[in-house]
Amino acid sequence: MGLALLVVIWLITLASTYFFVAKTWWLPAGASAAAGFIDGQFTLTLVIMGIIFLAAQLSLGYFAWRYREQPSSPPVAYSHGNVKLEIIWTALTTILFVGLNLMGYPVWAANRWEPAKPGSVQVEVTGMQFAWYFRYPGPDGKYGSTSPKLMDPSAGGEAAVGLNTSDPAAKDDVVTGTLYLPVDKEVDLSLRSVDVIHSFFVPSLRFKQDAVPGLNIHMHFTPTQIGEYEIACAELCGLGHYKMHGMVHVVSQDDFDKWMAAREAEKQ
Amino acid sequence: MATSATVHAHAPEGFIRKYIFSLDHKIIGIQYFFLALTAVWVGMFLSLLMRLHLIFPTASLPLIGEIKPEQYLSLLTMHGTIMVFFVLTTAPQGGFGNYFLPIQIGAPDMAFPVLNMLSFWTTFVAFVVMIAAFFVQGGAPLHGWTGYPPLSAIPQAGPGEGLGADLWITSIAIFCLASLMGALNFLTTTLDMRAKGMTLMRMPLTVWSWFITAILGLLAFGVLLSAGILLLLDRNMGTSFYVPLVVVNGQILGHKGGSPLLWQHLFWFFGHPEVYIAILPGMGVTSQILSTFSRKPIFGYKAMVYAMLAIGFFGFMVWGHHMFMSGMSPYSAFAFSILTMCIGVPSAIKTFNWLGTMYKARIRFQTPMLYAIGFVSLFVSGGLSGPFLAQPVLDIQLHDTYFVVGHFHLIMGVAAIFGMFAATYYWVPKMFGRMMNEFWGRIHFFITLLGTYAIFMPMHYLGIAGGTRRYSQYTEVAYLAKLQPIHQFMTYAAIITIAAQFIFVINLFWTIFKGPKASDNPWEATTLEWTTATPPPHDNFGGVTPVVHNGPYEYGVPGAAKDYVMQTDPAISTAGAH
Repeated sequence: MGLALLVVIWLITLASTYFFVAKTWWLPAGASAAAGFIDGQFTLTLVIMGIIFLAAQLSLGYFAWRYREQPSSPPVAYSHGNVKLEIIWTALTTILFVGLNLMGYPVWAANRWEPAKPGSVQVEVTGMQFAWYFRYPGPDGKYGSTSPKLMDPSAGGEAAVGLNTSDPAAKDDVVTGTLYLPVDKEVDLSLRSVDVIHSFFVPSLRFKQDAVPGLNIHMHFTPTQIGEYEIACAELCGLGHYKMHGMVHVVSQDDFDKWMAAREAEKQ
Repeated sequence: MATSATVHAHAPEGFIRKYIFSLDHKIIGIQYFFLALTAVWVGMFLSLLMRLHLIFPTASLPLIGEIKPEQYLSLLTMHGTIMVFFVLTTAPQGGFGNYFLPIQIGAPDMAFPVLNMLSFWTTFVAFVVMIAAFFVQGGAPLHGWTGYPPLSAIPQAGPGEGLGADLWITSIAIFCLASLMGALNFLTTTLDMRAKGMTLMRMPLTVWSWFITAILGLLAFGVLLSAGILLLLDRNMGTSFYVPLVVVNGQILGHKGGSPLLWQHLFWFFGHPEVYIAILPGMGVTSQILSTFSRKPIFGYKAMVYAMLAIGFFGFMVWGHHMFMSGMSPYSAFAFSILTMCIGVPSAIKTFNWLGTMYKARIRFQTPMLYAIGFVSLFVSGGLSGPFLAQPVLDIQLHDTYFVVGHFHLIMGVAAIFGMFAATYYWVPKMFGRMMNEFWGRIHFFITLLGTYAIFMPMHYLGIAGGTRRYSQYTEVAYLAKLQPIHQFMTYAAIITIAAQFIFVINLFWTIFKGPKASDNPWEATTLEWTTATPPPHDNFGGVTPVVHNGPYEYGVPGAAKDYVMQTDPAISTAGAH
C-alpha cells in the first residue's frame, strides 16, 4: 500500500508539473508595457511554488513508502516535535512569502497608485448586458454629458450610452463597439457600467478591471504591439455573460488618426 | 472547569423522540451527516450537468432536455451554495463535531441539547427552502454563490432573479441563524463541559479545530445574516443599500446611491472565514488520523494549535483579496495582500508538521490513513496556488478565471471532502458499531484521488491561458474555443470520479446494516471516544465520568506495555518526552 501511494502521488506530481513546464496552455503573448514585468513575477512565483510543491509531494509519497509498518521496522522516534525546526521553518516561510509579494509592487503601484500621464489617449468604456461601448471625447478633449433617461440599448452606439446630443461637448464624441488604440501610447480608460457589474478583461494586454455601476474607475496601460486582441467579460453579469466579448485593435499612430478622422467624418 | 454531575440519564423511548426530534448530540450528529450526504449528491449531480453542458452546449439530455445558458448559471449558483453551506459547513462541524466533540472531552452531551436540536432542524428548513428555488417560476437564481448585486438585487436582471433569488437569500439567512446557535453550543460545551484532567492543551486537535471553527462561525455568520437582510430589503422594500441608479434594458429602476462594493465587503468578511470553517475540521481530523496510523505523537502539537489560532485570526483580515479587481482602493490591496501571504505561514507549518509526524513512523494503511494522506497532498496542491492569487499584480490576469476555480476546489472543496471521507472511514465503526470494507475503501480512495487531480489540476492551465469562469460555453470567444479540449478532459474525468462515489455510498450503507462488528478501539487510538462502548451509550460513558491523565497522541511511548497510551491511562512519566 505504501508503494501504491508513492507511485500514485509521484505520478500525479510529475504529470501536473509537466504541463506547467511544457506550457502546453499558457499566457497569451504579452502586448502591453506591464506584460514583461507581470510575466516575470509570474515565472518567479511559479518556480518558488514549484520547488515547494515537488519537495512536499515527493517527500509525502516517499515517507508513505519508506516508513510503512513492517515486522522489521524499528520503534518510532518518540518525539513531540522540535521547536527550533518550527521556528526556522516559520521564519523562512514568512520571509519568502512576504518578500515575494513585495517584489510585485512596482507595476501595481505604477498602474494603480499613479494616475495616467497628461496627454494620454482618453477612452470611456461602458459595459451593459451584454455589450461593450467605447467613447472618445473627440478633438475638444471633453466628453459630452450622458443621461440615464436617454439610454436605449436596443439602438446601440450613442443612444446606448445615453449621449446627450444637444450638449456642445458631445458633438465630436465618437462611440464605437470596437476599441481602437494607437501603439506605444498610454491609454487612460474610464470604466463604468449602467446595469450590473461587468469586468473588462484583455488577456493579451494583462489588463482586467471591474466596471461597477455608480462608479467611474480610471485605469491606464500602454499597448506595445500592433495587433487585434480579444476582450472577455470576467464578472458574471447574467445569462449572456459568455458572449459579452469585444475586440481591441492596436494600430500605428497614423492608422489611428485616419480611423478617428473617418469616424468624425461619419458624424457630420 | 465544571465537570457535570453524572446523572445517568435514561434514553428517551419512542421512535420520534429517539431518532427525529432527538436531544442526543450523537443522533443529531448523524442527522447532520445524512443531511450533508443528501446535499452532496444534489450538488454533485448539478456539477455533472454543468460539465456535460460545457462540452455539449446544445445537446438534449434525457429527461432534462437542453440546458440553456441561464439554466447553466442556475446550476452553478446552486452547486456552489449547496456545497459551501450544506456540505462543507454542515458535515465536518454539525455532523462529526456534534457527535465527537462531547465524547472527546468526556462530556455526557452538548451544553444545550434543545438548542442543538433546534439548530439541526433550522438547517433542515434552510435546505428545503434552498431546494424550493428550483421549482418556482423563473427557476433558481443565476447570480453565482457570491450573489453580487446589482445582479442579485434586481428581478429584471435575469431569469431566476425573481422569487428564486428571494428563496435563495432567505435560505442562507435561516442557515446563518442555525449556524449561530450551533457555534454558541460548541463554544460553551468546549469551555465548560471538559472532564477532569482534560486541560485545553490535552484536547485532541479535532476538538481544537471544532472550537476554533465555532469562533469563526459566531463572528462570520452574523455579518452574512445582516448582509442578507439588507439584500432582501433592496429587492422587496425599495431600499438602496447595494444598488445605485441603474438602467436595465433601457428602463431606469427606482434605486439611487447604493454601493455594490458594500455587499462584496460584507459577503467576503463572512466568505473568507467560511473557507476556514470548511477546512479547519479537516485539518483536525487529518492530524488525529496521521498520528494514530503513524503510531507516533503528532509533530509539534502546540505549533498545530497556535497555527490554527493564527489561521482563524488572520482569516478575518484578508477578505479584500477577493476584491483586487473590484474598484476597491488599490492601496488597501497592498495591506490585504501582505496579510494574505502571512496566512500562508501557519498553513505551511501545518504541512511541515504532518510530514514530520510521518517521518520515522510505522505507518498503517487502513482507508482513513489513505484519505488523511490524500488530504495533505490536496492541501499542498491547493495551497500553493494561493501565493499567485494573493499578489494583486498576478491577480490581474488570474482573477475570475478557472485558476481560481481550481485553487478553491482543491483546497476548500475536495481537501475538505477528503477530510470528511477520512472522518467517515475512521469514525463509522464507533458511530454504527461496524467496520467499513477495506478493499472497496481503497479502490474508492485511489479512483477519487486520481480523478480529483484530473478534474481540478487542468483548471490551472485553463486559467493561466485566460479561461474565464462562469461561462456557460466557450464557443463565442475565439481564444476560449481553443481551450475546449481541456474542458472535454475534465468532463470525462468528472464522470469517472462521480461514478466511483457509488462505491462509497454502497460501502457505507452495507456497513451500517451488514458490516462486521467493530471492537471498542479498532484503530488502537488514544482519545476518549475509544474508551467507551461501541456505539456509545446514551450518556456516552455509561454513568462513568472519565478522568484524563495524558495528552491526546501518546504513541510509541518508550517502556509502555503497548505502543499507545490512552488519555485515561495512568499518567506516563514524561522523562523521555521533550
